[in-house]
Amino acid sequence: MDRAETTAPLSSRGTSPAEGAGTAAPVISLRGAALSYGDRVLWRDLDLDVRPGEFLAVLGPNGSGKTSLLRVLLGRQRLTAGTLSVLGHAPDRGSSDIGYVPQQKSLPGYTVLRARDLVRLGLDGHRWGPGRAGAAGRRRVDEALAMVGATAYADVPVGRLSGGEQQRVRIAQALVTDPRILLCDEPLLSLDPHHQRSVTELVDRRRRSADTAVVFVTHEINPVLGMVDRVLYLARGGFRIGPPEKVMTSASLSRLYGTQVDVVRVRGRVVVVGAPDEGADGTAHSHSDGQPDGPAAEHRGGPHGDGPP
Amino acid sequence: MSGHGDPAVGGASGGVPRQVFDFDDYGELLGLVHDTLLAGAVIGLVGGLVGVFVIMRDLPFAVHGISELSFAGASVALFLELNIVAGAIAGSLLAAGAIGVLGVRARDRNSVIGIIMPFGLGLGVLFLSLYKGRAANKFGILTGQIVAVDTPRMSWLLGTSAVTLVALAIMWKPLTFASVDPEVAAARGVPARALSLAFMLVLGLAVALCVQIIGALLVLALLVTPAAAAARVTASPVLLPVLSVVFALVSMEGGILLALGSTVPISPYVTTLSFVIYLGCRLVGTRQGARAAEPA
Repeated sequence: MDRAETTAPLSSRGTSPAEGAGTAAPVISLRGAALSYGDRVLWRDLDLDVRPGEFLAVLGPNGSGKTSLLRVLLGRQRLTAGTLSVLGHAPDRGSSDIGYVPQQKSLPGYTVLRARDLVRLGLDGHRWGPGRAGAAGRRRVDEALAMVGATAYADVPVGRLSGGEQQRVRIAQALVTDPRILLCDEPLLSLDPHHQRSVTELVDRRRRSADTAVVFVTHEINPVLGMVDRVLYLARGGFRIGPPEKVMTSASLSRLYGTQVDVVRVRGRVVVVGAPDEGADGTAHSHSDGQPDGPAAEHRGGPHGDGPP
Repeated sequence: MSGHGDPAVGGASGGVPRQVFDFDDYGELLGLVHDTLLAGAVIGLVGGLVGVFVIMRDLPFAVHGISELSFAGASVALFLELNIVAGAIAGSLLAAGAIGVLGVRARDRNSVIGIIMPFGLGLGVLFLSLYKGRAANKFGILTGQIVAVDTPRMSWLLGTSAVTLVALAIMWKPLTFASVDPEVAAARGVPARALSLAFMLVLGLAVALCVQIIGALLVLALLVTPAAAAARVTASPVLLPVLSVVFALVSMEGGILLALGSTVPISPYVTTLSFVIYLGCRLVGTRQGARAAEPA
């Protein structure tokens, strides 16, 4: 689809892009949304509309509530304040209209499951009782695998796949229900640049071909820089929202962090320097639970990794 | 309560041969252990299926912990002259429930098991030493016995098996999902927490079943080894449970048939058979892995 929304105005108090793809009804709509744990406010006063085919990147330091935002959208967590409408109603848990790609972390080697079985679980893994979906289900699984170019290793146990291959299979799993919204939680962690590109391209292709809205949580914007329509940058209980060239600037991030932050553009890449310690941070990024990295591990401390001077 | 706890229960084993490896009256013996073979088949079926999830969820240690409490429950029942089967089931469910509730995360779980297990074993030892009945009854709880399965005991066995099989059939897919891919399963609305507890209870029942025949110390040979062997040779969600059940059945029934011709208890036969199957599968699996790696 088009990316006319990149012209949406920079505003820390929500945005309602009126142009281009913005004419379609939003699939995700947050109004005055807030999320806090006890006294700690992750974000508040968040107004956000995500429209079909839009690619929204969610950035911010660890603990700024990026993953929590996805949990809210999945209906697994309630807002502290405000309202949320997903596809026109309150979010229901386990909707097949929402595809979910979890944090890239390798499935353990002993996982007794082939790539096609993992995709299959995305289709009917939540159903109770005996009985299998049969030929129609198998065809959809095959299609999803073909869509992400994973047909060649469809019958390989997932534990033996590389990190990049596993993440392709994950995307097939998320797309097998033909969702209208795709939620990705750090899908690029510990992938090398080559696999980062192929994964983001798959996501980008999907939203263009099927008008699927994409909410893409990432700690590093560069791999998705050429694709995103808007960035939601969460930090210090506040946020910035708008097209990357407006949000990813020294002025905008300095205001958000409340301290001098420099955003430099080097050879087509965005580098954030001086974001405070919990800052937009690549190197100090803690992998969620110490799982060993996959075969393609080699975690890349991205340009965001430049800590405070 | 029927008289399983009665010291005289050993009398039911009157048909069991006392010769070592005498297969002369084998045909006659077969008729006598008809019920035992049936019990073995049921236990093999349950053990093979439950074992699939024991492997998927990385629970072998939990199996061991539950079986010790199952042993404690059975010894208490033996001492109080109550139904041993019921005692074993009560101990199992208690342990499985505690592990399920307290040990949500793997690290917590292992300590919970490590704490529960010696306590259960200690209780079991205490009540066995207090028990003044036949020594064979004591030994049987720990290492299994091929005593004839009498009718009330058989009904308990079949009833418990039916409950576990129905529960497994209902939750098979969501349980698989939650076991191998918990994050996406949760995103798709699978109630992982409730399933985890439900499976622990099913596992508790399965352990209590197996304890009846192969004994508390050797339950792993039925609930872990067959599924682990199957996982070595296949990753297909259909073939895995099928092979696991076949391996468990072969170990179980093979063990019963071999034990018939000897004075040795059944458990060494069952454990040896399942171990040999596992070794074979490892060998085949390594070859498969090498072949699969070549073209890549």
